[in-house]
This record gives sequence, structure tokens and C-alpha cells, in this order.
Amino acid sequence: MKIREVTLSTTPSAEAIADLRLGDIVYLDGLIYTAREGVYMRALEDKANIPMELPSQSAANFHCSPAAVIREDGSFDLGAVTATASFRFAKWLPEWMAKTGARLIIGKGGMSSKDYKEYFVPNGAVYLSTVGYGTGALLGRGVETVEAVHWHEELGIAQAMWVIRARRMGPFIVASDLQGACLFERENAKIVQNLDKVYEGTKPAVLKRYGETDDRSDEVIG
Amino acid sequence: MISLDLIQKTAEALMDKAAIEIPQDYLDGLRAAAKTEDGDLSSFVLQAMLDNYEAAKEDRRAMCGDTGVPRWYVKMGNDARIEGGPVALEAALRRATANATSGVPLRPNRVHPLWRTDHNNNVGIGAPEIEYGFEPGGEWVDLITVHKGGLFGTDYRMLFPSDGIQGIKRFYLDSLVAFGKRGLACQPAIIGIGLGGSKDTCMVLGKRASVLRTVGSRNSDPKIAAMEEEFKELGNSIGMGAMGFVGKNMVIDCNIEVGYCHTGGMQMSVHAFCLSSRRAVARLFPDGRVEHRTDPDWFTDYQRRDSVEWEMGLEVAE
Repeated sequence: MKIREVTLSTTPSAEAIADLRLGDIVYLDGLIYTAREGVYMRALEDKANIPMELPSQSAANFHCSPAAVIREDGSFDLGAVTATASFRFAKWLPEWMAKTGARLIIGKGGMSSKDYKEYFVPNGAVYLSTVGYGTGALLGRGVETVEAVHWHEELGIAQAMWVIRARRMGPFIVASDLQGACLFERENAKIVQNLDKVYEGTKPAVLKRYGETDDRSDEVIG
Repeated sequence: MISLDLIQKTAEALMDKAAIEIPQDYLDGLRAAAKTEDGDLSSFVLQAMLDNYEAAKEDRRAMCGDTGVPRWYVKMGNDARIEGGPVALEAALRRATANATSGVPLRPNRVHPLWRTDHNNNVGIGAPEIEYGFEPGGEWVDLITVHKGGLFGTDYRMLFPSDGIQGIKRFYLDSLVAFGKRGLACQPAIIGIGLGGSKDTCMVLGKRASVLRTVGSRNSDPKIAAMEEEFKELGNSIGMGAMGFVGKNMVIDCNIEVGYCHTGGMQMSVHAFCLSSRRAVARLFPDGRVEHRTDPDWFTDYQRRDSVEWEMGLEVAE
């Protein structure tokens, strides 16, 4: 299979999103904001006003906190940028997407196809995964400027809302589509066929764990 | 006497190296893996990682945005003396960790587990961890920093003698498959396995096997060394590669360390040291010399000793 490369705006048209296929490599142009548990709790549970115009300024939510520092003069030094695992944010994402119109969720490891079908597809959104994981230096090169850092005093540097201007930032991999298909589940389904052979001869542990399963198509995310 | 100033300066340099420069042994291992990889997506990922290491070194920026949780391993020759003693040494390492967090910059990952308080400098209660080891002879101190990722790829299980090697294999595969899916373990990784000890020491052994040994090193017990080879092959036969995509490379190397355990048990831990295997080492001498390297050389014969007494003479004769 030949890998396809796509350049995408962070305020993408519905057509541009519909055109994406699982496994496409994406480079992004435009404003991206970081939001993870701290931002979600502050905006959704504490009902704080989101300090950006969303989605007109950006429809791209990055599950990320950069390796960065805010200098004493208020300027920023941003080095590497990588994602954190997204499945932990499923609790807040439906409300977040409804509220902000986010159409590109960028992170690590993706969500389940159930998540995609339930609230990504109805919102016209797809999931982009970072690559590696840990192409932090490459992604850092794609950051043209840091436009703002919101809520860093309340949430700390790692949980703050970083607004970055991306120029051909990437690579990212398309991990869901508008049918709700999941790239990682597709790969898991292929791999699981080989597992019985690999496990042949091994023995289940004498002492079980409560609730343990031997179903190898199972996943640890949920 | 080793000066405090030298310790702090060297420690800051090590924090920088660990975050930015992939150790040569891991790089060689990953290059070899990239050559054998034929999964289209996994191949793309490995090539992107190789490009990323170059970009990090060129720009002097961290390899990965998650710069892990910095910790220190300090090993001292038996005759080493440190200006101000161990309390001053710990203060210098804490200062170096804080300074490097804003200097490199690193991500300030360390927060209070309940209140999520973030000092924005990777220092706090019990952070960074500072662990110690000693060697017979020598006036030097080795400073080793490791910035391991903090969330996925690690597990522990109490096994029993009746579980045997086949039970060990099962738990090994379970850990790799469970955390390999979606690439949560950030594989291909250096997999460390701890066997024996108690629950806590078993975790320590497995973690040290992954972060304090290099790709290509082998346990000094030839039968354990053979297991390491076998387990590496086993992990790479799962059919899973980088990011959990179909592929051939899950394990860059597998290192096993053991400790004597309760006669009824066979504790086992599995640890994954990721695609950004951040470690850096320097040996400091009383005359101010500093020798940088990437091999911690932690597991010496002395560390693995199994007798009551240690014959100092053996060490001197080497």
C-alpha cells in the first residue's frame, strides 16, 4: 500500500475531512490549541469562559502539553511537542466537541470505534494520531509561533491551553474516518489472528487476577 | 574530594543530553529494526523516529514532548568523598533537575498525586528519585540520569514456581500485547524483566534491567542470557510493530535481572523503555575530570553478588 500525504487546514472544510482515509499522513497549517484534563475540567465543569473563538480560530484540539517554558519577560521557549494518550478524555470529549466545534482531535492512541460512531461522526470530526510515539522534535519544528498560553497560572505549564501556529506541522496519521472506522482496531484485528500461535505452549498463571480475561482481542483502554 | 560545583554542572549537562540525544546503542538497534521492518505503516513510523533523532540533535531540542520523569542513579566507588556529603549531593541534583527543566526546556511533568500541584520544575515530594549503588575501590562517582516515560507498558504479577518458564512467557506476552496495542508502550522498546526479590525489589530490578542496561548487553549468567535472546525473538514474533501496527519489531532488546525471592514465589515485572530511551552517564573524579558515556554499567559482578563476603582482591586483580 502506498502511503498518501495530505496537507490540511486546522479549520478544515467538511469536504477535506470527508476525503481523509485511514492511514493517510497529514501535515497541518493554522492555529492549534492544546486541551487535556485541566482545560476540560475548567471549561466544562467549572464553566470558565474559553479564551478563544472556537471553532472559527481553530477546530484542532491537541491532547498535548509541550516541553516548554514561559520566560520572565512573558515570552515562550517551546522545544518538543508530543501527544498524550487520548482515551482518558472520553469523559469530556462529547460535550467539548459540541461546545467548541472541534473537528480534528489530535493525540496518542486514538479512541474506540464506539467513540467515533457516537460523537465524532455526528460532529463531522476525525482523529489524527501523532507518530512514533515521540516525534517531538519534528512536531516542534512545525510550530511557527506560540500565540498565547491561557490558564497557565491556574493549571500549570503542562495543563495550560497553549495556542500555537502550525506551519506544515507533522507527521500525523489519520486514525478514524467519517464512517467511524478505527485504524488501530483494524490493525489489532489482523494481529490477533497470529496470537494463538505465539501463545502456544504458554500457561495461564496459577493465581488468577480478579476479573481477568484470556480474550486477546480485548484492549486495556476503555 | 569531588566538588559540588562540578556535580551540579555535570548533572545539568546530563539532563540536556538525556533529553536530546538518543543513546548510540538504542539508535543502532532501531536502525537494524528499520531494515527488517516490512509493515508499511510501521516502517513509516520507524523512519519518522530516525528523522526525529536527527532533528532533535540538530536543533538541540528534546526528542519527545513528554520528557518523562527525571530520576538519578548515583554510584560511588568505595573511596569516593563528596564536598558537603550526601545531603549536599542531593541538593545539587535537585537544583540541576529544576534548572534543566527550564533550561532545555523539559516538560514539567511532576505533580502532587492528589492536589496536582505543579512546581513547573520536575521537583517535589520524592521527585526526582535518587537511588544509590556502591562499588569496591575507586574515588569516582557515576551520575546516571534516566527520564523514563511514566504511564504505560509496565506491569507486575506474583507468579509461583509451578508457573515455570511457560508462565513467565505468558505474562511477558500478555504485557507486550496489552500495552503494545495502539502503541501505548511507545515500542519498539528495551524490555526489562525483573524476576524474584519482593514485590518492590522485583519492580526495581525490572526497571533497572530496562533503563540501566544497553541494547546488546547480556546477563552474566549464560542461561539467563539465552532467555534474553529467546524472549527478544518471542516478542518480535507477535506480529506487532511500532504504534501497534502490523509489523515485526516490538522489542529492541530484552534484559532480565534476578534477585533471590521467597521460596514459595516467583515475582515478575515487565518494563518498557521507549522509543526515546533517555539516559546519560558521567563519571566524576576528584581531580575534576569528567568522562561522559551512555552505558550506565550498573550491573557489575558486585551488584549481582550472591555470597556473604566479597573478595576485594578479585576486583583489584582485574
